Formats: sequence, C-alpha cells, structure tokens
Amino acid sequence: MPDTTTERAALIEGAPAPGVKKTDPIVVADGVQRTFGGVHAVDVDHVEIPRGAITALIGPNGAGKTTFFNLLTGFDKPNHGSWSFDGKPIGGVPAYKVARRGMIRTFQLTKALSMLSVMENMRLGAQEQPGENIARALVPALWRGREQQITERAQDLLARFKLDTKADDFAASLSGGQRKLLEMARALMSDPTMIMLDEPMAGVNPALTQSLLHHILDLKATGMTVLFVEHDMHVVREIADWVIVMAEGRIVAEGYPDQVMSDQAVIDAYLGSHHDTDLGDLSEEQQAELLDETQAEVEREEERNDG
Amino acid sequence: MDFSFLLLALGQIISPQTIAYALAALGLAVQFGFTGLLNFGQAGFMAIGGYAFAITTLHLGFPFWLAVLATLVATTVMALVLGIPTLRLRADYLAIVTIAAAEIVRYVVKTPDLIPLTGGSDGLNGAAVTFDALNPIPPGSYGFGPLRYDENDLWIILVGWIFVILVALLVRQLMKSPWGRVIKGIREDEDAVRSLGKNVFSYKMQSLILGGALGGLATIINIIPTSLQPDNYGTQTTFFLLTIILLGGATTVFGPLVGAIVFWIVLSLADGFLSLAVQYHWLPITTIQQGPVRFIIVGVALMLIVIFRPSGLIGKKREAFFA
Ligand SMILES: Nc1ncnc2c1ncn2[C@@H]1O[C@H](COP(=O)(O)OP(=O)(O)O)[C@@H](O)[C@H]1O
Ligand SMILES: [Mg+2]
Repeated sequence: MPDTTTERAALIEGAPAPGVKKTDPIVVADGVQRTFGGVHAVDVDHVEIPRGAITALIGPNGAGKTTFFNLLTGFDKPNHGSWSFDGKPIGGVPAYKVARRGMIRTFQLTKALSMLSVMENMRLGAQEQPGENIARALVPALWRGREQQITERAQDLLARFKLDTKADDFAASLSGGQRKLLEMARALMSDPTMIMLDEPMAGVNPALTQSLLHHILDLKATGMTVLFVEHDMHVVREIADWVIVMAEGRIVAEGYPDQVMSDQAVIDAYLGSHHDTDLGDLSEEQQAELLDETQAEVEREEERNDG
Repeated sequence: MDFSFLLLALGQIISPQTIAYALAALGLAVQFGFTGLLNFGQAGFMAIGGYAFAITTLHLGFPFWLAVLATLVATTVMALVLGIPTLRLRADYLAIVTIAAAEIVRYVVKTPDLIPLTGGSDGLNGAAVTFDALNPIPPGSYGFGPLRYDENDLWIILVGWIFVILVALLVRQLMKSPWGRVIKGIREDEDAVRSLGKNVFSYKMQSLILGGALGGLATIINIIPTSLQPDNYGTQTTFFLLTIILLGGATTVFGPLVGAIVFWIVLSLADGFLSLAVQYHWLPITTIQQGPVRFIIVGVALMLIVIFRPSGLIGKKREAFFA
C-alpha cells in the first residue's frame, strides 16, 4: 500500500461524515440537484473532492454517480446547484471548456472513435494543436511540429497502456477492455489536473485490471487528482485514499476505505438492511453478482447505442 | 438502330451538370460522410447560392467575382440560420429543418409576387454573361462526333473541372489535417470529442458552412451553360446527391466525383436503352413511362451497391456506411 496513514489523515478537517470539509479540495459542489421526471437522480447538499488524491465514488446502480459526473463536467445541466473546480466556479460552463480547464472525464459506456485509428484517437486528446483551426489546417508547416510532439506523447502513453502494437489499427478492432484503456490513455493526452473515470475496470480482463490500477496510482504520483466510479470493493480498498458513497442521488457516507466498507449505512445502501457484512469481505459470488449487474447494464446500453 | 446515345452518355463524363453534381456531392460528403451531419436540404443550399449569383448578376450588375462572393455569403447565412438552432440538438433535427428549408426556398422563389426578382417558375436566364465575358477561348466549334462544344461550353467545362479538382484537393488536405481529425471524431461520437476539449458546435457549423458553400458554387457551374430553374433544386436533387456519395464512397474526397460521373452515365445510358426499347417494343412501356423507369433502374443500382459495395466504388471497406 503506497499510502501512509498520516498522508490520508491530512485529507479532511474534522471527523469523516457526508460533506466533510477537505484540507485542500479541488472540487467543491453545493446543492446540486438533477431530477428526471419525478426521480431525484442527483441531490447532493455539499461535497468536496480532495486534491492530489484518489477518490472512489461508489454506490448501487442508479445511485446517480454517472449523472453526477455528467453534471460536474458540463455534459448535463442541473436543476439547481453550483460547483467549482480549482477555485473557479464552473457551473454552466460548456463541457469542452471544462475539459480545457483540466477536468477530463471518461464514459461508463466506452466512447472509442471506432473508425479512427488508435493513434488518431490519441492525437485527438491533445490540446493546443494549431492545425485544428480550419485556416491553419491548410498550411501543414503551421502544425507539423506540434503533431510530432503529440505523436511522441501518444506513443509513450500507448506503450504504457500496452496498446502500442495497435497504434495503426482501427479502434473498432479493439476488445472492450482495450477500448477502456484507450479511452483512459486518450484522456491523459492533455495532461489534465483531474481525471474522472466512470467504471474504468468494467469489462477489462482481470490480467489488465492490475496494470490499470498501477496506472491510476502512477497518475496520483504525478500529482493528478483522480475520481473514479467502481463496483469492485477490492479495487477500491487497494487504491482509493477516500471513498464517497452515493445512494438514491445523495451522498450517504464518506470516509477512508476500510471505515466506509464496514459502515452500516453503506452496507444497507448496497444490500438492503439486515446485513452486517463488511463490503470488502463480500463473498466471491456476491462480488460477481454486483459485477454482473453492471456488466449486463453496460451491455444493454451498448446494444442500444449500436442499434 | 441509333447508338449515338452511347457517345452522348460518354459526354456526361465532362458535362457541366456532372461537375456541378460532383461539387455539390462533395459538399454533402463533407457534411454527411465526414462529419455525420444529416443535411437533407443540400438542394436548398444549391438554390440559395444560385439565386444569389443570378440575382446579383442580372439585377445589380455585379461582376463575376462579386457575384460568387454573394453566393458564399448567401449559403453561409443559410447555414447559420439552419445550424444555430439545431446543431446543439440531436442529429435528426438538422435533417428535418434542412429538408423543410429547401422546400421553403423553392416555393418562395416561385412565388408570383417575386417574378420581377426571381423569374418565378421560369427561373432566371442569362446569368452567364459575366463569366462568358472572361472567356479567352476563340469562338468556334470543338469536339468530335455528336459531342460538339462551342467556346463558352468549353470554357465552363475547363474552369469547372479545374475548380472541382482544386476543391477536392483542398478538402483532402483539410481531412488529413488535425481539423479533419476532429471532424471525423464528431461523426463517430460527438460527446467523446467534446470531452477532449473540442468545441463541437463550432466544428459542425464550419462543416455545414463549407458543404453548403460547395453546393452554392455548384449551382453557378450548373446554370452558366443553361439557366436557373427552381424545380431543378427539389428534394429529388438532394437524394441524387446522396445516391452519388454512397455510390462513390461517402467518406472519401474523390468518391463524390467518381459517383457523379457514374451516376450521370448510368442515367444517360438507361435513358438511351429505354428509348430504343420503347421504339422497338422490346418493353411494354410508353415514352411517358420511360422517365420514371430510368429512376427505378438507378434505385436498383443503388441497392446493389449498398449490398455489394457498402463503402462505395472507391471507399475503404472499413469505413462503410452500411457495414
Ligand atoms: N437521461 C436520463 N433520463 C431519465 N432518467 C435518467 C437519465 N439518466 C439517468 N437517469 C436516472 O437517474 C438515476 C441515476 O442514474 P445514473 O446516474 O446512471 O446512476 P449510476 O451511474 O449511479 O448507476 C437512475 O434512476 C436513472 O434511471
Ligand atoms: Mg453509472
């Protein structure tokens, strides 16, 4: 475990509780509400995401995690609420500008650009390419140099994610897990301040999961803030510094991984009441069941998207 | 039996009409094939552009280049008017709005009250004056067999083809650039592109403007050897253009050019064979039925292409629209 207890204790001011103040928050959200019809998909009073740490956002399916991601990154508009990133309010800022400010997200349903090569996918993630302007695009001399730098960075990242041999293949030819990796690598092309990963491990084969975890730890080592949604409690326990639990749109618990997983409110949220298991000690079958549920959901949605 | 129609069909390869359709189809390929924008009103862009050219030439006495500029302004305004409210919405909104707008344009220019300006249903004649005035080719008759061209025909064919090829090279350069990468990314998944910090709305707008401008310029080429007829820019024209890009390859730059040539040759051959078939009673149809029947042939040809060559004649297999 790379984290010392003292490092973790420095994350918060006061005792762990939903909405607890962080010593150095990078995201602060207040009164964020989003309803679909009558459903309160997100109803967050106050939450802070600690800077430079790995925060896991957990909660049962339909808890509102993805919707909360969409709101924070400008992909959806809330009914109410305000939030800031890196000290500046970004409520109402369009998604592409949020990304340019250094808050990059990935999607639960992978969005690899199938008919572009893996390398082109990567290059698209880079910022400040003058050739993306229509007039300058016509004069290669104005963008070749930058393209070279971008390509080198892309090769670097692809090698780290073991996708370098696929660079010239269409993204469509990658497996589901490889697409997840590509999406994450692509998000890193812009060197973001904060990366938000929506179920990065879903569909990734177990052999790759371990290396993905190391990548995420590496990101933290470079000073990046990571917020990720995950169902696998072993993963959460292994890499998260802080855990935020959502259920029915609300933040129902916050705390250090070990604490949170033995918290009765959290167990109730996941398994209904009258369970007194530690989530981290769920049996293989229960873990598999939770995973299967997500997997099935992902597949259903992907089918819908393909159709 | 008269087989001269074979040569006439060959003439379609270089006819201004083919050039115009190639250019308008290229515009549609930029929008639909590369960006994924469902513009079902390319004929409307063609009409707006054509009327801007003809009206400024005939009524305002604009010199050629200024009238071309008027065309670009008109198609750009149309793209902004149609794009601003729809490009942030789901893709189908653009389709509905463009198809309706194209019809509105056609009905408006045909309004009897506007006859002094637009010529009503008869359209506008004589917009070629400024272009023909620039013609350096000595008067005469050029060509061979039944393919005869006077100096003005030759002038528009030459200028038209050079222009179309230059534009195709330009579009190819754009599509190979980082700009084109963003455009193709939007076709695949615009949210992904947005999440990477690109202003998707602005790119879609640029694509709509560029494609619409090519449609407008196409009409200039189309009307110079003939005249501007409003009914040539109906919904049918948009579907011909879609046929052409699917035929040639919607995600290629030279596909629309090849598609336009093949389309007009096939149409012309079908016409010729049907004339013979009617004349010698090989088929139980009349001359009146001949017109629609050739479109049935085109429709069947299109189905065969979609089935056997889903990426078009020169498209790469992986980029097929109907994979
Ligand atoms: N676009 C939408 N339209 C209607 N309801 C939605 C939409 N997106 C999410 N919801 C609803 O909001 C709730 C939260 O969903 P979501 O954020 O996807 O949960 P999670 O990511 O935690 O599984 C669910 O009840 C879901 O059905
Ligand atoms: Mg989700």
